[in-house]
Amino acid sequence: MLLVLKKAGEVQKMLNEKDKVFQNLHGFQEPFIEGALKRGSWSNTKEILSKDQNDIIELVKSSQLRGRGGAGFSTGLKWSFMPKNTGKQHYLVVNADESEPGTCKDREIIRNDPHTLVEGCLIASYAIQATKCYIYIRGEYHYEYVQLEKAIEEAYERGFIGKNACGSGFDFDLYVHRGAGAYICGEETALLESLEGKKGQPRLKPPFPAGVGLYGMPTTINNVESIAVVPTILRRGPDWFKSIGAENNTGTKIFCISGNVNKPCTIEEEMGIPLKELVEKHCDGVEGGWDNLKAIVPGGSSTPMLPKNICESVLMNFDDLKANGSGLGTAGVIVVNKNNDIAEVIERFAHFYKHESCGQCTPCREGTGWMHRMMQRLVRGEISPEQIELLENVTKQVEGHTICALGDAAAWPIQGLIKNFKSELISKYNKKLKAS
Amino acid sequence: MSGNHPGLSNNFSRSGEKFSWSKDNLRSIKNIISKYPKGREQSAVMPLLYLAQEQNNNWISIECIETIAETLNMPKIRVTEVASFYSMYNTRPVGENLVQICRTSPCWLRGSNKITKTICKETKCEINDTSDDNKFTVVEVECLGACSNGPMIQINNDFFEDLDEESTKKIIDNIKEGKPNVIGSQKGRRSSENA
Repeated sequence: MLLVLKKAGEVQKMLNEKDKVFQNLHGFQEPFIEGALKRGSWSNTKEILSKDQNDIIELVKSSQLRGRGGAGFSTGLKWSFMPKNTGKQHYLVVNADESEPGTCKDREIIRNDPHTLVEGCLIASYAIQATKCYIYIRGEYHYEYVQLEKAIEEAYERGFIGKNACGSGFDFDLYVHRGAGAYICGEETALLESLEGKKGQPRLKPPFPAGVGLYGMPTTINNVESIAVVPTILRRGPDWFKSIGAENNTGTKIFCISGNVNKPCTIEEEMGIPLKELVEKHCDGVEGGWDNLKAIVPGGSSTPMLPKNICESVLMNFDDLKANGSGLGTAGVIVVNKNNDIAEVIERFAHFYKHESCGQCTPCREGTGWMHRMMQRLVRGEISPEQIELLENVTKQVEGHTICALGDAAAWPIQGLIKNFKSELISKYNKKLKAS
Repeated sequence: MSGNHPGLSNNFSRSGEKFSWSKDNLRSIKNIISKYPKGREQSAVMPLLYLAQEQNNNWISIECIETIAETLNMPKIRVTEVASFYSMYNTRPVGENLVQICRTSPCWLRGSNKITKTICKETKCEINDTSDDNKFTVVEVECLGACSNGPMIQINNDFFEDLDEESTKKIIDNIKEGKPNVIGSQKGRRSSENA
């Protein structure tokens, strides 16, 4: 058995099968109600709903669950921001617009274990006094949409949701809304705009959605994975959740590993598993061996890449990745080996952000296009050391100067590239200069 | 801007025929609108664009927009801007099979360029083109969210994953010959498990 050092210096075992929240992540069992009941979904939901709403929020808070959509904000704390007894319609909106390159975790939950999400929606909505919930699923996930609709229909038929959900006296309606291919709608306020039938352009904050959200009403927006783990946390208790991972980085987490590994996969593991172990143990290693590793993007396209020496020891949790100059983001791990041009990896990200910028803020609309054109030239070895500095400088002028974080997300990968591989980019230029 | 596929222009065009909802769709519309609060019917514009697209051979004509605007009591420009903002609404006619190839880094690292070449060769289409027999339209798109199964493509509603040149050719051949395809992994994976 492999042993991992916890941050606090404790020794602990790797994640047990029985501690996995998503028992059917890969779809080898029946995904729908019969399978879900066997896996323990809906077993004592009525009892959970008999708890006081504040108690549920406190339990989730004390589990130290941090949002799985990228920002890593405490889920329980977010719920506590919702006003109480306003007499207004409250909403829960679930963000299933999974579009960050490298990320494909919510997809597995939705198509293979959708009842974890449906039950989570009910419990979370109860906690924030929302009688209506919308799940906003990305348009491309058509199969997943069909699976989810079927699960919701089953939950209605059995009385788990709808009027008097699970016999609790709480009335709850759940709807699915399909997106249509805009990454920006993963940004929570753009998502609300989209749900209201408009272009998905982010709103200024404040006001925050907890005060003025969907249709102007108090709204909480959570990621699929954050919501889908809630029923298990309440069943097994916050202490169980906290026993996995490290302080403030608790629980299990779904990691998606893609790129140059021998066996790319999506896997639920302990929060804080060493990155190297994730790659070596679950993906049978880097293509061409560990020494052929160039860099790893640890948390979806917007997180800055990590060079090999950091990949040797970094832990896959919020705090350790942050301390190493990157972030856990959505835990979409993209592995790049030495057979590929690392600059082109980032050039393709730059193309992505250019395409997905909503056009609302000038620094992002103009900046993403400019940065992409510079990245294209950089790939060809056509920008000088001074221009590389200019590029870095412009990324900093985009970062932090836009309504939403898309501008930041476009800037960070380029900053990560220049930070880690500047000398290589310069020698690329020199080589090209010599050749001409 | 988020906009359309590079080749699917934002200039809407008329089909020349009036667009009216089918009987089935009229029933669906009632059901869709009921999901949203009273007075917030505009929320139904995205689902209605999908319905219109499905009924209208997979593209949105100006006539579709006019009908949706009328149904939801919205200004036409509001429908138009939604239809042009989101990339999944095709603003020009497309072939029977819309082949979307993921070009973003995770798929590229696993050889999406080869998949693009194979598809262009087998369908006799350039990127953003429609084949002469109207069977295929080929476009390159940004991340489709199946990164652990790259390289991958989407044909109409279906994902085809874990591709190589051979399996890609087979998929296109099957479509040409009217044979069914297995969706999902082409390497026999159930989903994205280590296998």
